[in-house]
Amino acid sequence: MTDYLDNVDSEWFDQRLSVVLTIVVAAFVVLIARLLFLQVIEGPELRRLSEINSIRLKSVDAPRGLIYDSHNRLMADNRPSYDLSVIVKDAGPLEKTIAKLARYTGIDEVEFWETMKKQKGKRAYKPVLLKSDIGRDALAAIEVNRWDLPGIVVNVSPRRDYIFSPSAAHILGYMGEISEKELKSGRYGDCRTGDFIGKYGIEREKEHWLRGKRGGQQVEVNATGQVVRVISTVDATPGHNIFLSIDQMLQQKAEQLLGDRAGAAVAVDPSTGQVLAMASSPSYDQNAFITGLSHDAWNALITDPQRPLSNKAIQAEYPPASTYKIIAASAGLEEGVIDANTTHFCPGFLKFGNRTYRCWKKWGHGEVDVYKALKESCDVYFYKVGQELGVDRLAWYARAFGLGEPTGIDLPHEEGGLIPTARWKKKRTGISWQKGETLSIVIGQGFNLATPLQMAMVAAAVGNGGTRYRPRIVKTIRTADGQVVYKSSPEVVGRLPISATTLQMVQEGLFKAVNEPHGTAYASRLDAVAMCGKTGTAQVVGRKEEDAEGEGESEPIKDHAWFVAYAPRENPVIAVAVLIEHGEHGSSAAAPVAAEMIRMYIAGQSGEDSPEETNHQ
Amino acid sequence: MFDRRLLQCFDWGLLLLTLALGGAGLVALYSAVSAGVVEPDILLFKKQLIWYGVGFVAMVVCFLFDYKQIERFATFIYLMSVGSLVVVLFFGKIVGGSKRWLPMGPFSLQPSEMAKIAVIIVLARYFAKIINTEGLNLRDLVGPVLLTVLPFGLIVRQPDLGTAMVIALIAGAMTLFVKIERRTLTWLIATFTLMVPLVWFFLRGYQKQRILTFLNPDRDPLGAGYHIIQSKIAIGSGMLTGKGFLKGTQNALSFLPEQHTDFIFSVLAEEWGLMGSLTVIVLFLIIITWGLNIAGRCRDPFGTILSVGVTSMIAWQVLINIGMVMGLMPVVGVTLPFISYGGSSIITMMMGIGLLMNVSMRRFKFE
Repeated sequence: MTDYLDNVDSEWFDQRLSVVLTIVVAAFVVLIARLLFLQVIEGPELRRLSEINSIRLKSVDAPRGLIYDSHNRLMADNRPSYDLSVIVKDAGPLEKTIAKLARYTGIDEVEFWETMKKQKGKRAYKPVLLKSDIGRDALAAIEVNRWDLPGIVVNVSPRRDYIFSPSAAHILGYMGEISEKELKSGRYGDCRTGDFIGKYGIEREKEHWLRGKRGGQQVEVNATGQVVRVISTVDATPGHNIFLSIDQMLQQKAEQLLGDRAGAAVAVDPSTGQVLAMASSPSYDQNAFITGLSHDAWNALITDPQRPLSNKAIQAEYPPASTYKIIAASAGLEEGVIDANTTHFCPGFLKFGNRTYRCWKKWGHGEVDVYKALKESCDVYFYKVGQELGVDRLAWYARAFGLGEPTGIDLPHEEGGLIPTARWKKKRTGISWQKGETLSIVIGQGFNLATPLQMAMVAAAVGNGGTRYRPRIVKTIRTADGQVVYKSSPEVVGRLPISATTLQMVQEGLFKAVNEPHGTAYASRLDAVAMCGKTGTAQVVGRKEEDAEGEGESEPIKDHAWFVAYAPRENPVIAVAVLIEHGEHGSSAAAPVAAEMIRMYIAGQSGEDSPEETNHQ
Repeated sequence: MFDRRLLQCFDWGLLLLTLALGGAGLVALYSAVSAGVVEPDILLFKKQLIWYGVGFVAMVVCFLFDYKQIERFATFIYLMSVGSLVVVLFFGKIVGGSKRWLPMGPFSLQPSEMAKIAVIIVLARYFAKIINTEGLNLRDLVGPVLLTVLPFGLIVRQPDLGTAMVIALIAGAMTLFVKIERRTLTWLIATFTLMVPLVWFFLRGYQKQRILTFLNPDRDPLGAGYHIIQSKIAIGSGMLTGKGFLKGTQNALSFLPEQHTDFIFSVLAEEWGLMGSLTVIVLFLIIITWGLNIAGRCRDPFGTILSVGVTSMIAWQVLINIGMVMGLMPVVGVTLPFISYGGSSIITMMMGIGLLMNVSMRRFKFE
């Protein structure tokens, strides 16, 4: 260091420092010149602008993307909402103006004050919200008496309007005010307090597509707040429009058929996995969420034992009951436990250990082969299949059919159901698997749980020759001017692990169940088209009795009714799963719903009978 | 042990200048928090007073020990600072989409502000070792560049572009002060001029848009452009004598939420006019000249370069902040030293003043 000190002496430093000082002084001269320019030369003009406080920002909300069904029927629209605000500084005596406003509009004054109180950091020069979405009558009253209402402003903003509400409410979902936590997460772009975002269904899943980009105007206003000049404008960018694969007419048909019974009906296109209808009953009014749900109304919704806010097609899990026999039969055939010629004798029960496992048919089915077992849903036949397969082999097949995990549909909050294995039970309960439990499992009872959508996908895969598709509900997403930005294409997630022969035999069984006398769904057969299907009756019993088929009959709670189907037999165009809570029998409660949906859909497709017309029946 | 000459040489003038600017800042802050809102936020004002108290202690700590000790611990200080920047990336509080704050009980600190001081100290030590009249060559520059890029990158990650830019500018100013070899400098300038169009060519459309908007706020009339217009109206409407204390109308509606931090000068200029704002600008010019004077009177390269570094920090922030609010500079989050609200900013500036005092009061050691 001392070497360098000889070099860099204080004179050298002083010289460099004087250069630095010169640069600093020059920069400050520029600053001061600018200050003089603003405060002296432009001062009077800028003072004038500041006194009338004239440059203001007007925010322009972006219209949210629209949602259409597969036939371009508008399902979710935007309507204008008139929001009432006050600019405190312009309002003169605030109390007096608010009182006058209440008189003119007939809205209780208390409501205005309450809304104002809720807003933090109110600013004297910015509009403070008094009431959003006032009706046209109130708006007219304000417009007429505008001269008497200083500082009162009405802003128009787009609001969501669900045209068919409460139809398809679980698919479209609902919107709600953005929460503090969501705002902080930074995932919602330019959203601010008071904005509405999708909270459920497509509205939530596709929030980023649907939400547009807010625009605004920089304007000069005069002393009374009227705009005299637009300085610059940034246009709002509307959100993207979403086209669903849902057929709204089929959707309404399904909802109408379910009526006031709790349950779900799902229809998919077996050749693509696209969801054609997804009804969940009971439903709720989505528009009520937009205008603001009262505390009581919200409580009523969330405490309703029929769970109207839950999309039962993907969120409710039920024992698949006899519809599971499709999988049990496939597994048995594929593993060589049974073949086309295997028969078992069904006396109406099976003794296992010291217990008696009943068949649903008290007097028995007699000699049963695999076709008859599927057609008449013989429990005893499948008990024997189950005994030989064991729980873990059954579970492997069930998983390969897509049960036990979410299907991955493009909707939020999907549940995955449950497919038990011996290991799972040991881990979960600490108790080893009991052989008798397999007998419950093989007929779809016990720990087994599946969602209606999962079962619809099973029917679709069996019907289409064994290809499993991921269910999709969004077909295309387009910009407001029609440019396609997303197009869903069929996504194969797997193939059923069974041979063509096995599949054909199962298909045959499902055909017989609907189209031959003594088939469990014979009463629901269709004239126009060959439907294949499987009924199910899921027992709703206390935990202790759940492994004993038939013993639940003494329970006062009625069983859940299932039906899964596809049609036509060759190259099916629709696969359906229907579940009706406490509907008692799959054959009497669920099958007619599915049959009517299929009938209407196929009639509509062939063009002989337009879906709109059948809707009146 | 205690040398009486330390007290004799204590830089009372610098203390007075600092207090004057701090006082102006408190007055402006009081206006900023009370005008235009229905309920004035006095809490911010009280907090700022506490920050000044803490800053004062930090200043005393910074001049108490001989700066030769500080030189010895330069690497340690630097590593601590970089460490805190890493910690904030993992455990920082997210405010407005960036992770800048480390919560400390009821308060929180910005390690990026303190990092400026750490970079100044470590560069001063590095340059003091290699300084020569010929200037630095390319190989000499590798070290300082790496020492700067590390905290710079960590701060960009937060992201806090304003502070990162200030660090780069301080490092640049210090490097140019210790002189770069003529050949190397020519080479650097040539490379840089060539790189700009090349980088521009590879940027995507939206990135170009963002840069253009940054350089010209008018392109964003609803955001930065609006703030600048309001700020210019506020400053200009102050005219010669201002509207008077708490009489400002402009700060009431416009710059939320930065009126007490980045746009505090506009509040001050509106209420105190040319009279007040020119006084503040001149005070800044004096404090900068004072700092350069301390650098010149120091007879030791480390002390000189350290003083230049601290002074450049004050100078850059004053020029960028006031330039920005008057519409001369892009809108970037840089605080006005001693005046803007904010604990980390106040403490950092007071530490800087402490270091200047340190060098100033120990100049007798070379006499």
